[in-house]
Amino acid sequence: MAGQLKEVRNRIKSIQNTQQITKAMKMVSAAKLRRAQDAIIQMRPYAQKLQEMLSNIVSNLEGDLSINLAEERHVEKVLIIAITSDRGLAGAYNANVIKLTKSVIAEKYAAQNKAGNVTIWNIGKKGWESLTKAGYKTSDAYKDIFLNLKFETVQDVATAAVKAFEKKEFDAVEIVYSEFKNAATQRFMVEQFLPIPKVEKKEGVKKADFIFEPAKDQLIAELMPKILNTQLYKAVLDANASEHGARMTAMDKASDNANELLKSLKISYNRARQAAITTELTEIVSGAAALQG
Amino acid sequence: MTLEILTPEKKLFSGEVYGVQLPGIDGLFEVLEKHASLVSALGKGTLKVLKTKNEFSEFYIQSGFVEVLHNKASVLVEGAVAKD
Repeated sequence: MAGQLKEVRNRIKSIQNTQQITKAMKMVSAAKLRRAQDAIIQMRPYAQKLQEMLSNIVSNLEGDLSINLAEERHVEKVLIIAITSDRGLAGAYNANVIKLTKSVIAEKYAAQNKAGNVTIWNIGKKGWESLTKAGYKTSDAYKDIFLNLKFETVQDVATAAVKAFEKKEFDAVEIVYSEFKNAATQRFMVEQFLPIPKVEKKEGVKKADFIFEPAKDQLIAELMPKILNTQLYKAVLDANASEHGARMTAMDKASDNANELLKSLKISYNRARQAAITTELTEIVSGAAALQG
Repeated sequence: MTLEILTPEKKLFSGEVYGVQLPGIDGLFEVLEKHASLVSALGKGTLKVLKTKNEFSEFYIQSGFVEVLHNKASVLVEGAVAKD
């Protein structure tokens, strides 16, 4: 009896310890999530203004514009930028990104994959480990940008992708990442990075009499890489916030589960203790009764 | 006029100023009160915010764009560092 009691007590202790860890991780994630969300909010005005400028120029343009980054070629070689996190214990977050990457390759680029023409640039260690193991052509050149998340480092990735596209090393570039909705929900999505989707002219926009310096098409050529940089930067920030959101929810669930386990263990502990006391009492009483004869 | 300096990481400056001096890719130029609408690319150089006629603060920038519309200048820059 006493042996069983001790066993239950030990289990309770170990679950309490685990719960303390999951609770702490949840708090840490909550703090990091707040910072990640701030970064998204901070970059939003910049991205909006950039888009606004582009549509301003395009709307003021007579005739069609030709941008070489928007050139649609026959797709032979594909680059996929997959953004995962560096650490695990974030629920199904990394697994979902990896699954989506695989399914994009299997469905959209099956032929290219067969010919060995699908390359994956991994951002984040988890995705790199898993996709390399699965036998895809991966590159770890940009794996570690979450260690020091800055606009400049993300910019390097975007610039490298643009250069490779211009040199026709790739005919299409896609980003797989998870968009941040709120702490509990992420939207896993594939976004076309290159060629650039067509910019629509806004009809009915009053043509402001702008002075353009340098000429419009040159301005657009300058503007395009910046827009791509911000697009990738936004994706990375979204992924970062999603990671912390996912981890926070996962750790919250884990703490709840630990609570439930503790509750049921406490019941069985009390039951065992009561049983032990009852047995002891019966023994004493019957011993006394035997002595009185 | 109103000036707003935005970077991808944060809003660097926002407020009323006397004027702003910008390193355009074809040379330095200045935007003052009631400047005509303008869109221009910026090159590497120093951006000078003129708070009043004689008082200013400076930023180093790598590249960027400026849009002037309705007496409001929006400057989008990358790699901006405050110079003291």
